[in-house]
Amino acid sequence: MKAKVHITLKTGVLDPQGRAIQHALGSLGFANVADVRQGKYIELDLQETDQARAREVVDAMCKKLLANTVIENYSVEIG
Amino acid sequence: MKSAIVVFPGSNREQDARAALKQASGRDPAMVWHRDSELPDVDLILIPGGFSYGDYLRCGAMAAHSPVMREVAARAQKGVAVLGVCNGFQVLTEAGLLPGVLLRNASLKFTCRNVTLKVENSQTLFTSGYAAGQTLSVPVAHGDGNYFAEESTLDRLEQRGQIAFRYDGDSNPNGSARNIAGIFNDAKNVLGMMPHPENAIDPLQGSTDGRALFTGLVQALS
Repeated sequence: MKAKVHITLKTGVLDPQGRAIQHALGSLGFANVADVRQGKYIELDLQETDQARAREVVDAMCKKLLANTVIENYSVEIG
Repeated sequence: MKSAIVVFPGSNREQDARAALKQASGRDPAMVWHRDSELPDVDLILIPGGFSYGDYLRCGAMAAHSPVMREVAARAQKGVAVLGVCNGFQVLTEAGLLPGVLLRNASLKFTCRNVTLKVENSQTLFTSGYAAGQTLSVPVAHGDGNYFAEESTLDRLEQRGQIAFRYDGDSNPNGSARNIAGIFNDAKNVLGMMPHPENAIDPLQGSTDGRALFTGLVQALS
């Protein structure tokens, strides 16, 4: 079963990499970009067949390792 | 004073830390590989600088879950002194032994130069060799040293004297909140700091201001 995890910075956390991307886009001629925030995407291939259990396990993975909940939010898509 | 240095794959300042501890204590510290779940009986555990696990996922994130860190946490709970330098500071925040997090430098640049630190609290094991308000010249070398925590956490750190060092004047190399360069835990037996005191112990390094951190520890822990 596949799990897709998106990890994003919480609002208010400084994202200089996002800013750098915004400037680079500007230099390429994409001027109408108000803001850029960058995050992570992690794909997991689980040997689990139960959707609820998979969600529970991936949630625990996010809390324990994949995301730093001081500064990051995460969302999980199962299947 | 007996000490141990934890070594992760990608640690690179463990020999510098070893030299500083040997110089101050006269004893060669035990070098402990991260996969060992056992630590010798020591007075000080040092987590050195470097790029443990290549900084993959987040700096210090995977190192924080190494077998040895469970024992480091248990020792810290018992009151053993733990010092995390640079990547070590990152590991300690990821392991929950210190609050907050180290973000990418605001400038996005890896900064490698001497900074001026101000000793904020000299009443601890780690800083007893300094006077309150003393300024030190110590090198930094990091890309992710921007200390961040919620305002309420920062306020609490201030109120409880948990800020160890601040970047003085316009010395802040990474944009860290309130110019914080190093912090203690509640009990003040755990210190995390981004600058490298172990690289300011010999005149050849341009500063010997780091020495008093180690000699202060030896005095306090012997």
